[in-house]
Amino acid sequence: MANLTSTFVGIKSPNPFWLASAPPTDKEINVRRAFQAGWGGVVWKTLGEAGPPVVNVNGPRYGAIWGADRRLLGLNNIELITDRPLEVNLREMKVVKRDYPDRALIASLMVPCVEEAWKAILPLVEETGADGIELNCGCPHGMSERGMGAAVGQNPDLIERITRWCKQTTRMPVIVKLTPNITDVRLPALAAKRGGADAVSLINTINSITSVDLDDFAPEPTIDGKGTHGGYCGPAVKPIALNMVAEIARNPETADLPISGIGGVTTWRDAAEFLTLGAGNVQVCTAAMTYGFGIIKELTAGLSLWMDRKGLTSVEQVTGRAVPNVTDWQYLNLNYVTKARIDPDACIGCGRCFAACEDTSHQAIWQKPDRVFEVNDAECVACNLCVNVCPVEGCITMERLAPGTQDARTGKTVEAAPADWTTHPNNPMARAAE
Amino acid sequence: MSHSPQTGGIVAARLDSAELAAHFDDLYPAFDDHEARVAADRCYFCHDAPCVTACPTAIDIPLFIRQIQAGLPEAAARTILAQNILGGMCARVCPTETLCEGACVREVAEGAPVEIGRLQRHATDGLLLANEHPFERAPATGKRIAVVGAGPAGLACAHRLAMLGHTVVLHDARPKAGGLNEYGIAAYKAANGIAQAEVDWLLRIGGITVQTGSALGGAITLDALKADHDAVFLGIGLAGVNALRIPGEDLPGVRDAVDFIAELRQTADLSTLPIGRHVVVIGGGMTAVDAAVQSRLLGAERVSLVYRRDRGAMAASDYEISHAATEGVTVLTNAMPVAITGTGTVEAVEFAYTREGATGLERTGETFILPADQVFKAIGQTLAGAPEGLTIDGGKIAVDAAGRTSLAGVWAGGDCATGGEDLTVTAVAQGRDAAEDIHAHLTGAAG
Ligand SMILES: Cc1cc2nc3c(=O)[nH]c(=O)nc-3n(C[C@H](O)[C@H](O)[C@H](O)COP(=O)(O)OP(=O)(O)OC[C@H]3O[C@@H](n4cnc5c(N)ncnc54)[C@H](O)[C@@H]3O)c2cc1C
Ligand SMILES: Cc1cc2nc3c(=O)[nH]c(=O)nc-3n(C[C@H](O)[C@H](O)[C@H](O)COP(=O)(O)O)c2cc1C
Ligand code: SF4
Repeated sequence: MANLTSTFVGIKSPNPFWLASAPPTDKEINVRRAFQAGWGGVVWKTLGEAGPPVVNVNGPRYGAIWGADRRLLGLNNIELITDRPLEVNLREMKVVKRDYPDRALIASLMVPCVEEAWKAILPLVEETGADGIELNCGCPHGMSERGMGAAVGQNPDLIERITRWCKQTTRMPVIVKLTPNITDVRLPALAAKRGGADAVSLINTINSITSVDLDDFAPEPTIDGKGTHGGYCGPAVKPIALNMVAEIARNPETADLPISGIGGVTTWRDAAEFLTLGAGNVQVCTAAMTYGFGIIKELTAGLSLWMDRKGLTSVEQVTGRAVPNVTDWQYLNLNYVTKARIDPDACIGCGRCFAACEDTSHQAIWQKPDRVFEVNDAECVACNLCVNVCPVEGCITMERLAPGTQDARTGKTVEAAPADWTTHPNNPMARAAE
Repeated sequence: MSHSPQTGGIVAARLDSAELAAHFDDLYPAFDDHEARVAADRCYFCHDAPCVTACPTAIDIPLFIRQIQAGLPEAAARTILAQNILGGMCARVCPTETLCEGACVREVAEGAPVEIGRLQRHATDGLLLANEHPFERAPATGKRIAVVGAGPAGLACAHRLAMLGHTVVLHDARPKAGGLNEYGIAAYKAANGIAQAEVDWLLRIGGITVQTGSALGGAITLDALKADHDAVFLGIGLAGVNALRIPGEDLPGVRDAVDFIAELRQTADLSTLPIGRHVVVIGGGMTAVDAAVQSRLLGAERVSLVYRRDRGAMAASDYEISHAATEGVTVLTNAMPVAITGTGTVEAVEFAYTREGATGLERTGETFILPADQVFKAIGQTLAGAPEGLTIDGGKIAVDAAGRTSLAGVWAGGDCATGGEDLTVTAVAQGRDAAEDIHAHLTGAAG
């Protein structure tokens, strides 16, 4: 059976599933329950400076997007960092770590952007026996207005600076948690690396308004008639997070920087995808908040079974396996020519492919008598839209034209040798063929 | 409870009131909002959707389901009612398994269609129960039209005419409007007074005067109607019934199923309605099934539905027949009644087995006898009371695609007219289309 034990920046845990810094990790009682359920580690809910803690709103904190049967697809929150006193959190962290020495316990931190503030809190955290720290450079609301969280995460210089302060002050591994509310995630990642970070974790939540109350004309969640943007997370954000993880993993300048993948991990498959795109482990928040800690059994069993099927024996073997296949558009093989094929036996005749292609694509599907739908190769550009809108899995597939055959759309013979945009005659920048 | 299913003869109160109330409640309870959204989410919004083609009134089904999905069942109701003003009743009574749901691609794919009927009910019930009428009348045209028969065909015709600005007088021989919605449809399909509620709601369009107890051939004649109106629409249904023509047909305890059903529908307290211990229903259509099922629901101990041909030839759908079987009705096929026997009252029915022979149905020579306290005849309704001068074709008033009869100025639709199946939804479609044609004719838009 696959070995799920994980060593991330030197921190060991029995599996690569950590709970992300958030309500599931805000108190001793939650974290104990998580460890009992089998979670590999936790990133404790973000700690702030000593002194009076932050306050949260006393109205609703969450907004959500659901599927028809109330499956939660996206969650949005306006919660701040922990609103419990620093000493209480530290005390609890210490006893939990003492009782669960085999699990990872990371402290998430967010203090003002001055060196003394960071230097003041780090010894207190070290004292708890925590395995590492995560710098919260991502919280998109409330804290960012006070010059912390995303306000730091959006400024590479500040990221570099606080990372360096921390590295200079503590022996604990430093993970820098990045915000997705930027244009190019490679820049903050690089800044973290320059500052000496041991790893980055991403993504934190995405600025969002989930919905508007159409009676009160106010964004939700609505607090006394007003609302504010929150941070979006859950299944809906996974594609965005995957891309950001991959961008850092395939950038030569950060390729060796370990990544803790976060954002919409809901099943073992999501986790496997993050790992293949370069994550060393994953963190989970919304899925646990939706279904409770019990999902860890599905996550570990699923990942393990899949690894067995693939003949992969350790998490390290999974990490980064898909990274070499993430490339730029210009390098995609333009001689890879496919056509949509509709399996008449599987087709149930709904005609969605026809409507999609006829109305919004390339008029490449014929509707024949008796609701028979067929692809016209002379028009099909192989966009794959029909495959995506077809309600029957596997009914429409994309079939590759063998080299030597003719593409009915272009009239050209499909060539065996790959060719991409960099050498295409229409490309003004094309390199001359050697 | 004074009696039980085992009490002999034809007696009331075989079951107590609570059991009867449960038996005659909605066959399918209404969806709540969440259930409706989940059910609506199964719709694929097909291109050129086959369900629309399968609906005799051509409701834009994918559109109304999407409107439910999008959280506006009221908008869905408008989509439905614009095509089918009796969409609420149709949602309950249509044999959807052979119409829209039978054509649903998910029926084809998985044997589990989108529940179009129940979704339609979800959408329409909102407006109906709030008694909100979403349509308005066009400016008055000054034209007067007589509609005879206040069943689905007549009601749909009257409503569309009123909407187009005409003035309508709606005559019906019965004391209440609604036709078979009120007097025929199985009680558990039209529970909680929905038939009258729907009529009242429909009449809120205005411009329709209802005259019940007013029979064509009685106080009114076609000539008089024609003289006083710009057009006449006939939606008189099938008021006659076929006879068995066998000995014993006149014995007490032998009755037309449609009369029994009409009485049942008009009985407020079903514990006062007598029913036999051993009931035999003769016929193979929807009327036979409804009479048999409702006999069981009233507490009859044994109910046999006997049809002379094989099961495939029965007019009732497979779905209806299996519903009857579930309710404990014994379905016997290939058996025809030869005599009803009894002294003073019916005691048994003698049947001959049949088979399909070279020259049609023939007896095998074998017979059997079923004991019976009560016999319901459900072997078909016939046109009765159609005015002189109309061309009749196959027992129905001959009409063209627009509903025009052989007499100028006279249209007809529904069960009494040729074309389409004898269904509520077909009657609605024909009444509506005739109204459009009358309008075109009266406003000079038609050839
Ligand atoms: C027992 C039974 C169950 C049925 N179940 C279903 C079902 O589940 N689903 C379904 O789709 N269909 C069902 N049907 C068929 C459906 O009820 C009819 O197809 C539909 O009602 C036809 O509508 P209509 O307007 O043409 O006729 P009707 O509904 O029969 O209405 C005709 C009206 O005309 C009036 N009338 C008749 N003669 C005169 C006259 N001379 N003067 C004035 N008024 C007159 C009658 O009183 C009646 O009100 C059932 C029929 C029966 C008998
Ligand atoms: C209610 C809530 C509170 C959060 N608080 C914090 C926090 O204090 N510190 C932090 O670094 N991230 C916080 N996050 C972000 C999560 O740790 C995580 O990065 C994000 O939710 C994406 O992962 P998910 O899709 O699995 O939920 C919070 C998220 C939620 C939903
Ligand atoms: S792949 Fe695109 S262009 Fe080709 S048939 Fe499908 S939708 Fe049309």
